Amino acid sequence: MNDTETKSTETKSADVKSSDEKRVGVFVCECGVNIGGVVNTKAVADYVAALPGVKVTSVNKFTCSDSGQADIQQKIKEHNLNRVVVAACSPKTHEPTFRACIEEMGLNQYFLEFVNIRDHCSWIHMWEKEKATEKAKDLVRMGIERSKLLEPLEASEVPVNDTALVVGGGVAGMQAALDLGDMGFKVYLVEKEPSIGGRMARFDKVFPTNDCSICILGPKMVEVARNKNITIMSYSEVKEVEGFVGNFNVKIEHKSRYLDINMCTGCAKCSEVCPVEVPYDFNEGFGTRKAIYVSFPQAVPLRAVLDMENCIKCKACAKACERGAINYEMQPTYTDLNVGVIIAAVGFKTYDPEPRHDFGYGLYDNVITAMEFERLLNAAGPTGGHIVRPSDCKEPIRVGFVNCVGSRDKNTNIYCSGVCCMYTIKNAQLLKEKRPETDHTIMYIDIRTPFRGYEETYNRARNLGVKFLRGRPVEVKEDPTTKNICVRVEDTLAGEIRNLEFDLLVLATGVVPHEGINQIQQLLKLSKAADGLLMEAHPKLRPVDTTIDGVYLAGAASGPKDIPYAVSQGSACASRATILLKNRKAITEGITAVVDPDVCVGCGVCLPMCPFQAIKMDEKEKKANVMKALCKGCGTCVTACPTGALEQSHFKNSQILAQVKNVFKFPEVAA
Amino acid sequence: MTFEPNILSFCCNWCSYAGADLAGVSRFQYPPNIRIIRVMCSGRVEPAFILEALKNGADGVLVTGCHIRDCHYIEGNKNAEIRINNTKKALEKLGLDKRLRLEWVSASEGARFAEVVRDFTEEIKKLGQNPVKEVKINE
Repeated sequence: MNDTETKSTETKSADVKSSDEKRVGVFVCECGVNIGGVVNTKAVADYVAALPGVKVTSVNKFTCSDSGQADIQQKIKEHNLNRVVVAACSPKTHEPTFRACIEEMGLNQYFLEFVNIRDHCSWIHMWEKEKATEKAKDLVRMGIERSKLLEPLEASEVPVNDTALVVGGGVAGMQAALDLGDMGFKVYLVEKEPSIGGRMARFDKVFPTNDCSICILGPKMVEVARNKNITIMSYSEVKEVEGFVGNFNVKIEHKSRYLDINMCTGCAKCSEVCPVEVPYDFNEGFGTRKAIYVSFPQAVPLRAVLDMENCIKCKACAKACERGAINYEMQPTYTDLNVGVIIAAVGFKTYDPEPRHDFGYGLYDNVITAMEFERLLNAAGPTGGHIVRPSDCKEPIRVGFVNCVGSRDKNTNIYCSGVCCMYTIKNAQLLKEKRPETDHTIMYIDIRTPFRGYEETYNRARNLGVKFLRGRPVEVKEDPTTKNICVRVEDTLAGEIRNLEFDLLVLATGVVPHEGINQIQQLLKLSKAADGLLMEAHPKLRPVDTTIDGVYLAGAASGPKDIPYAVSQGSACASRATILLKNRKAITEGITAVVDPDVCVGCGVCLPMCPFQAIKMDEKEKKANVMKALCKGCGTCVTACPTGALEQSHFKNSQILAQVKNVFKFPEVAA
Repeated sequence: MTFEPNILSFCCNWCSYAGADLAGVSRFQYPPNIRIIRVMCSGRVEPAFILEALKNGADGVLVTGCHIRDCHYIEGNKNAEIRINNTKKALEKLGLDKRLRLEWVSASEGARFAEVVRDFTEEIKKLGQNPVKEVKINE
């Protein structure tokens, strides 16, 4: 019913407007030299000035600047414009700016037509200035023709449920949950592992201060558990997401721990009696854990989990458990949540050098990754903090470090992981401090130490006697008798080939997306960048937003980050989300499908086209009806409609055809 | 004079339009024969738009959308695929089917967008002028 009301006002205003003369103003932006350096903007403005309906044209150095926008507003007033065409950069970044600009002058914001002559013209035809200018003229002409057919629309307001879902209980997700919880909003924190804490829980010490990682993370984990507004859903995964900003329906699967989490106290008596030992994943496969275990001593929640894959069902644990918490038949359970916003802090994994045998990893015992080194270094690790080499458990004297493994390499990932230089320096330093007799050589491409205290850490390591060799190993071999690692490397600063022998070689593996990232990307409809990690709405100005309203990104899932950066992003997400949670409403685009009931024959072809179930058939009237709140405005149903009863507002057939017909001008068409 | 084809492209707002933006930001150069029309979803591209384009001077039409399973609207691109394939079949009878192409380009595939445009432009160059256009000019 609401729909017909809106429709009638739309038709009314459209009628009024169509009788009105279309008065178009065209504003061509030079974007400094970005456009002006290639496209002859003056020629474009002169050309379009002669087109029917164009009342005024203007060329600005920066149309988005204060003076550029003032120029638009002044010309709207002077020339009584009712359509504004801005030929500039991308509507993906600047459309909201100019919509707001014309709206201030009382024009409906949908009377703006945005033409992209930078990203789609000047930047990609840098050496073909004349052709670029001709193309810009065509693009602006298309925009002008479309603008004349634009109709006013109203953006709609949707209510926002003031609850948040945070996916990922690493340090970024924990921070987001804590900030939101402290602001008084209900938060569900979903973590796929049995405990929150993420990768940071596995680090030994963290640069540049060399704090004990779990000592600073542990209290934060407890704080999350204590926060009355936060519900931790550990060992759980997001399975379904439906809905839109303010109103997401999410299905969470709680994987079976095969024990009652409310009965378990984490006493670990079950682990003591369990006869099955498997490699301990938390320690990167060093040492063993039992088939029933608590993931690590500081785990939150401190509860056991039974790894059914390795369980032999001897039932020793069930006998040992004083509280009778164990249930071998337990099935996964599900929770349906309704949340207003979603923060994805889904984390990363470190590059796995095993399949390619980078630098002999997987072939030679004494080549290990930095994460493995980190666990060996840790007092709670498999060796109680003693660095030993895997082949003979002897303490190594000569330790080599190879940087950029899985980073800055055309064969694996071209990007810099950003954290490896620093953690390698830290690792070398920690071992040097522990055992001064050790000898360390870091083989690097470049040493990158941005941010406070990082360069100082590098200097400290140099002063301690850690050697830095600029070069990448070209050959890594194992001495079959000693199991020592022989490295052939070009010292590119000295200009000579060096043959070095190490007792242990440590690979600084980079940051890569983990396997679960595709699932969350598809569930939340996010974009992925070329590096396989998730993409933000704008790399500079909207670093934690996504193109989906109400969905935010924190932590290394959107690019390699160190801990302070990830924590800041967690807080940033909480702050961005609060705008919606506090206002309890969100503004959504006015672009939807619209039915003309006079033309609709009720054939129902459109119904299965809509994946959002936004079209309902009025059985009595035999007319399709679009629920505006559910319609996302893709226009797929419109294309399917055989009678033309369905139209997509702002992308009507006539509006698109105006562009199609005017793109390649023909003399005889013009005549 | 070498033949410079007119190419019209429909890009979905979420993936391929952003991919084209990224090609620009990355300064990946490609031939200036192409003109882009933004639609919200590749599923919005009507066969009629393609026919109108071929009638109105386009030598080739390139429809681009999100990769399958990545569609912002879940499966608009699947509908696009069916429609474009059917349109291609219809165009086959007119000998115009090679002038229509459907490609998936994600928001991060700026290089791929440029490559697709280069490749399609070359192909249309080889095909020569759209015969429908010739008739029109001779009229």
